This record gives sequence, structure tokens and C-alpha cells, in this order.
Amino acid sequence: MWNRFSTPNGMSRRHFMSHMAGASAMLGTSLSLGHSLRVHADTLKKNRKSCILLWMGGGPSTMDIWDLKPGTDNGGPFKAISTSGDVQISEHMPLMAQQMHHMAIVRSMSTREADHNRGRYYMHTGYVPDANVDYPSYGAVMAHELISQRPDLEIPPFVAVGGASEGPGFLGMSWAPFNVTSNGRVRNLEMSVDSDRLNQRRIALDTIENSFISQNRGGVLEDHRKVLGKTFDLLTSKQMEAFQVDKEPTEVKERYGVGGFGQGCLLARRLVEAGVAFVEVDLGGWDNHQNIFRTLENDRLPVLDKAMAALTSDLDERGLLEDTCIVWMGEFSRTPRINGDAGRDHWARAWSVVVGGGGIKGGQAIGATNEDGTEVDGEPYSSEDVMASVCHSLGISLETTFTSRSGRPMKIANSGKLIKGLFA
Amino acid sequence: MQTTELRRSLVVQAVRVPLWALALLLFLGTWASAQQEASTPSRKATIPAQTEKIDKAIEASWSDAGVRPSPVEDDLKWCRRVYLDVIGRIPSFDEMSVFVKDKSPDRKLNLLRRLLEDDQYTQEYANHWSTVWTNVLIGRNGGMEERSLTSRQGMQKYLRDCFASNKPYNTMVHELVTATGATKPGSEDFNGATNFLAMKVNEENAVQATAAVSKIFLGLQVQCTQCHNHPFNQWKQQKFWEFNAFFRQTRALRRFVRGTDDIDHIELVNEDFAGEGSHPDKAEIYYTLRNGVAKVAYPVFVDGTAVGKSGYVAEVNRRGELGDLMMQSDYLDKTIVNRMWAHFLGYGFTKPIDDLGPHNPVANLELFETLAKDFRENSYDLKQLIVWIALSKPYQLTSKMTKENESDDPTMGEMPKFSHFYTRQMSAEQLYASLAVATQANRNGNLEEQQRRREDWMRQFVVAFGTDEGDETTTFNGSIPQGLMMFNGDLIRAAIALEPGTWLNQLSTGKGTPQDKVQFLFIAGLGRKPRPEELSVATQILVARKGEVGGMLQDMWWAILNSNEFIFNH
Repeated sequence: MWNRFSTPNGMSRRHFMSHMAGASAMLGTSLSLGHSLRVHADTLKKNRKSCILLWMGGGPSTMDIWDLKPGTDNGGPFKAISTSGDVQISEHMPLMAQQMHHMAIVRSMSTREADHNRGRYYMHTGYVPDANVDYPSYGAVMAHELISQRPDLEIPPFVAVGGASEGPGFLGMSWAPFNVTSNGRVRNLEMSVDSDRLNQRRIALDTIENSFISQNRGGVLEDHRKVLGKTFDLLTSKQMEAFQVDKEPTEVKERYGVGGFGQGCLLARRLVEAGVAFVEVDLGGWDNHQNIFRTLENDRLPVLDKAMAALTSDLDERGLLEDTCIVWMGEFSRTPRINGDAGRDHWARAWSVVVGGGGIKGGQAIGATNEDGTEVDGEPYSSEDVMASVCHSLGISLETTFTSRSGRPMKIANSGKLIKGLFA
Repeated sequence: MQTTELRRSLVVQAVRVPLWALALLLFLGTWASAQQEASTPSRKATIPAQTEKIDKAIEASWSDAGVRPSPVEDDLKWCRRVYLDVIGRIPSFDEMSVFVKDKSPDRKLNLLRRLLEDDQYTQEYANHWSTVWTNVLIGRNGGMEERSLTSRQGMQKYLRDCFASNKPYNTMVHELVTATGATKPGSEDFNGATNFLAMKVNEENAVQATAAVSKIFLGLQVQCTQCHNHPFNQWKQQKFWEFNAFFRQTRALRRFVRGTDDIDHIELVNEDFAGEGSHPDKAEIYYTLRNGVAKVAYPVFVDGTAVGKSGYVAEVNRRGELGDLMMQSDYLDKTIVNRMWAHFLGYGFTKPIDDLGPHNPVANLELFETLAKDFRENSYDLKQLIVWIALSKPYQLTSKMTKENESDDPTMGEMPKFSHFYTRQMSAEQLYASLAVATQANRNGNLEEQQRRREDWMRQFVVAFGTDEGDETTTFNGSIPQGLMMFNGDLIRAAIALEPGTWLNQLSTGKGTPQDKVQFLFIAGLGRKPRPEELSVATQILVARKGEVGGMLQDMWWAILNSNEFIFNH
């Protein structure tokens, strides 16, 4: 009986755990086998789709970045420059200008949420905040749909770098974003005991945990168990090396930019390579109610330009861009009219998002805004439509339906439609 | 003075380990008989009239909704809930013993009275509610940012004093809304209440003060209407700016460290306001409609009551007027009742709790309005409200669901029916305080040092969103970072430390069999005895530890602290 409590020499933890699973029946526990499926790993890796969301917290002024109106009252001082695609963008994005053949600008976004919290929620979920249903965010939905392509993944499928992202909603806490800082540092990874003893503690824990779960006290307890399992996995996983962005050569780090966002984008690439399904990298500081042009020119745009261009070209060079969808967006944009403090306020009625990779046809702009940037000309697109298009680029069927326990069916991306022209 | 008081109270509650074996025996003996007696009460317990109203209304709503309530939870589990919700931590072993030994049918009321009225708990009660309200008023990150001008300490000090003296809720709100003075404790003219608005008035014409005051105290979400009329909201843009006009005399002035240009603190003042059209006797403000048309606004309260237009403070103190008008509003009563109900029951009458707009459905409107009215008529006494709710039927039900009420699941989009207790996770602050009482961790140094360590620890969970409004969230939410902290973090390491002088060391070297000691751990952590299979695991671990009891206790205590049964309020 007692030999179950020490790992025999030469036995891996995972192997050991599989023995434990057999033995644990006597204890009334149910230890997870871990991911025992290792079938067709190479085939799966080939078709493994991922998504990187570059989240611009605060609401960036897309009129000064992707959809310039030079020479108009609202246009501001920035000039438009030509790019490697059939679009023009801000003169302060020179590196991205060379990558635009990979990217498509959707210039006809029109949404209604101009409050930070509501806008963030809506753009992350495709739903407006609802008192009664907690909708899952992009990362949780994509990770949930793409997990079967990565049976060997031991680290979380949804990672949020340098920001909070949005939660997993009704999918439950086991699909929550794994938050790390942009240097990839994960707190509290150092164990104080060896893995034998950790396993013994795990058995004790599972025994207490399981008897409580069996008492039907709510779904949150089931989530707690799943999260515990994932935490155990992560503690002993070699894949955690993906977080060590420091191990990259200096020239690679410098290519992305040595600040938080640059290193966060580099980390995103490492995570996608390791099999993470969805990475969100946050760059805040776009809530420019004052002095917008100075802030953009000297601070935000150089940081964004360098990192985004490095990420796009690096993924392309590594052959990953085809299977990785990049999405750039914030919760809304900013007023075309320049306010009295040389700033722009919140504006959701007409603005841009940028998408690329994952089979999206780059080098183009879809839709347009009117001359002063206040309205969309032609068909307007919504958060739902962006989400539906991203799903499509990742091979996720738009017929996918989630059913709440109360039986209410909900279509993925809130029944959004494909944005016309994004796919050849 | 507060420091020694707190120390004394902590010592009283501390588990007296040298006597633990005796205590355990007594406890188990009394517990068994108490359980028996509780099932056959000889006389009826005292129930406040308001609690009866709650029970009646909620029971009616159960039959309307076709659900049947879960059974009443056993008293010791109720006791754990009450400690967590009223003073922010689990009960110690001794405290459970005191509760269990009380054979009176009013043992629950007696416990509430102890927690609310006995001097030994004043400090903990005040600390807990000060923590809750600091997070509401300035967020988890307020005052923690680099170069922040908010004094978190000042905010907490003000709130601790409010709750220690059980200041009527309306008075507290009036003070927070109208406060003037210095933010930092120790400065001349210190008034900790100023920290609520100190960082919300200077930028962007005080729109943050407008949004925060209306949302937190009146349950009105107006932030969207700053720029346009909102489609789902009765509020119009005009109303936003009329409410905003109340804050326009207010300035947050920087006060410097003498002889330097380092900012020492903020002084919140009311100054004469000339208005944007420079007519101080009719100080108007302007805002712009989405079509570009400029409009004018003067201070008008949400119910349409206008105050004088003068910008001279001597003629019209606008925040003072606002504070007075808020005292008349029944939104004030409803918002706090909703907040307190949600604090105890897990969900409010509305979701979110601070949106009482007409667009938002209310679960049990009649009860909600009655409770709000009763609260006003009982002088806004928060402690009374706590007693009404904590003794009510819905708060006493078990969290175990039955076939007849499984459908009552607010996480699935249903309106809450309160037919069983909703299992929920402890907050990070509750976990911290619970470990402190269960293991005597974080006991070194004086109160300030202990608080600073707590704040440092709390910081790891805060994630900011990068907006100008300082929006934030927490990773202490049941996700993996929390799991890692519970597995390997410093706090847990300290809680299971075995060095001489620690709690676990005393337990392991004291008298008694290993089995008794494990039993003690389960009662201290979970308020129940271990099950046979749990004892059996402990025995096996003891063998794996080669008979070293301390190591086995460490492992079992680690498992208990990491378990759902510990971290959830259930």
C-alpha cells in the first residue's frame, strides 16, 4: 500500500500518475491521467490554428493610424504614406507600412458602446453587457474550439500578456485567461517540495475536494477542480520554457522593441510556437483626451509600429502566419473632432480594426468612412462580424452553438456575419 | 492605542494550542449534543420583524417560481459564513467552541450580537468593512499607483472610524460627498473622507466624480450619458451635466513637502466657480450634443430639484446641497440595501448591484422596497440590517442544491431566487485574514507593518486596464495564478511552516495521537471532523514521511487550505 507514495526511480511523473490513477480508486479519488492522447501529433501541429489579439486599451484614434484624413478639419497633423499593400497608413507607422501586404484594414466598423468597460466587454465577446448572462471572451471561445488540435498542450491555451483581457463567462474558470507580465514571469512557480511529496499532497487534496464536489453545491466547484489540475500540470511542464522570453537572442529582442509591448509580442510568438491557441497582448495608454498628437507621435505609435511589424514578419518568416490570425483593436476609437485640449474623446460610430494572417487577404482596406471621419460609408461592421471572420480564418464553423444549462442556444460570435472581401 | 487593543483581541481569539487536545475533546462532546438539541428546540428563537418579512416574501417567491428551498444548513457552517461575511475571516477553533456551547435557541442571534457589539470584535469588524468599502470607493489599486495622490491609509482610517462607531450610513455618505480637508493622516486639517473624491475632480471637469457618486450611492449608471443620450438608460445627457455641475466648485489642490517640489498630499476645497461663461452669480457649464450643438447646464438633482445657480460658495455650496438632496432620495436606501443583500446572499436584487435604472429587472421588487424603507426608518443602522439578513431563512439554507431547486442558478442567467445558498469564493482579503487567525501567520511587527504586508500581498492580484479611468480587475478569481499562489506562495508557506514557534510546530510537538492532531486541523480549517478516507490518506502520508508527524501535518494542512471547502464560502 505505501509504495504508492514514492515515485520509483526512473519513473516519470506522468507515468507515475497513471499508476496512481489505478490505485486511487481505493481511496475514492479520481486523479486525472493527464493528456494521454498523443496521436498524430505531427499532423495536428501542421494544421494547428492560433490567434494573437493586440488589444489597445483606452480606445486608439484609428483616424490617426489606419484611416487618415489629411487636410480636413478633423484630420490632425499626420500625413498618410504608401505601403506594401494597396492602402495608405500613418507616416508614424513606417515599419508596418512594409508589412501591410499581410494585413487588411476594416475601415467601416460602427459600434454603439463608447464607455470603456462596456466597449471592452462588447469587443471581447460580441455581446453587450447583459445582467443575466456572462458571455465568454474571444480567448476563451477560441481556446475552447481549438483545444482538440493540441492534445499535448500542458500550459494554458489562453494567455493574456500584460493585461487582464476578459473572462471565460459561462464556459467556466478553467477557460480563464492565464495572466502574465510581458517579461513572461510567472509568479509562485517554485515548489517547496519534491514531486513525490507534491503528488502525495495532491492525493490528500483530491480526497477532500471530491467529497465536497459530490454534494452538489454548484458548478464553481467543478471549475475549481479543473483549475487545480491545470495548475499541477503547469508546475511540472517543460513547456513552461515558452514563457522565458529572456532566452531569445538580443537581436530578436531588439527587433520587437525592448519595452513591455515589444517583449509581450515576442512572448506571443513563442507561446504560439509552443501550441497556445490564443494570446492577447495589451498596450494601454490610448485614452488620449489631451495632447493626442504628441503622445501618438513620440510614444504610442513607435512602440506599436516596431512590435507589430516584428511580430508580423517574424511569424511570416517562420511559416506561422498562414495559421495564425492577428487582430488589432481597441474598445472604440476617438472623436473625429479635436477637442479644446488638443485631444480626442470617445467615438464608436466609425472606426477601424486591423486583421491579418490565417488566410485573410492582406494589402487591402475594406469599407470606408466619410470625408470628415464621422460616419461609415456603405455597409457597417460590428464586433460580432469581426469575431465571425476571425473564427472563419481559424477554421471554426460559424454554426458552432453553445448551450447554456438553462437550455438557451447561443451561436458563436453572436451570429456575426463574414466581412465581405476578407477571404479570397 | 488601537494597536494594543487589536493585539489583545487577537490573542483572545488565537487558538490555544497547548490546550488543544482538551479543547478538542470538549468541543466534539458539546458539538454532538448541540447538534441534537438544535434539532429539537425547546422554545422559539427571537426573530426580528424585518427578518420575518424577508422570510415571508422569499417563501412566497419560491412557490411562485415553482422551486423548493434546500434544507437549513447546520449551525456550525452558518457560523463560518457569518464570521466570513461580518468580520471577514473564518472563526477560530475557540470561537467555534463558544458558539457550540451556547445551548440557547437564540445562539445565532447571540453570536451576531457578540460580533457586532462586543468590544473584542470592534476592530476586526471595522477593518473588514473598511476594506470592503475602500475597494468600492477607490478600487483595489487606489492609492497604490506610482505617484498616486490618494492616501489609501487615509481612506481606510476614515472608514474604520465610521464602522467602529457604527456611524449611520446616510451620515457617512453625506461626509464622503461633501468632504473638504487634507487626504493624508497626520497633516493639519486631515479628513480621510476626502480620498474618495480627491482624484476624481480635477481631470475632465469632474466626470469621474459624477459617475462614481451616482453609481456607488444612488445605483444610477450615468457614465455613458456624458457624451450622448443612452438608448437603454432613462438618463439623458442633460441630466449628466446637471449632476456634474454640483462638483464644479471642487478643486483638489496639491500641497508640497516644505522646501521641495514633492507633493505631500491633496487638499480638497470648495472654491468660487465663475462658470464657463464667466458669470459667477449664474455659473453655468457647457456641453456639446453629438450634433455639435452646445447646451448649458446648472446644478439639478436627479429628481429635478434645482439649487441656486450662483458659483459663490458662500451663497450656494454645491456639494453641500447635493449631499442634502441625496439624503432625501430613496435611491440612497435601495442602493445600500442591495449592496448589503448581495454581500450576504451572493447576488443582489439587481445585477449588477449598482444599476437600479428602470431598464434593469428586479428580483422581488416588493421585498426590496420594503427593506429599503425599513432601513431608512431604523436610522440607517447597518448593524441592524446585518442582523435582519443574517437571521433570514435564505441566508441559513445549505448550499447543497436539490432536484427541486437546481434550476435556481444565477450563473446561468436566471434571476436569483435564493432557494439555496450560492457557493462563492472568499475574497483575497478574507483568505488573508482567515489564514492569520487559523495559523497566526503575519503576526510580526506592529499594525502598520502588518497592514503594509497585507497591501503588498494584495497587489499581486490587481491588473489594470490602461484607461484614464483607472479600471482594474483581479486575478484572485479562481484562475491558475491564484492556484499557483495557494500552492507555492509565501503566505501559504508561512501558514504551513514547521519552524520552532510556529503554530504547526506547537501542534506537532504537543501531546496527542497523530489522528487527533489531524482531527484538529480539519476542525480548525473546515469546521468539521475528517472523514474515514481522509484519515486514511493522512495515515499513509505519515508512513511516507517515515513517521514524522510534523511533515504529515504540513501536507494535510496544505491540502486543507487548498481545498474547495476551505476557499469557498458555502
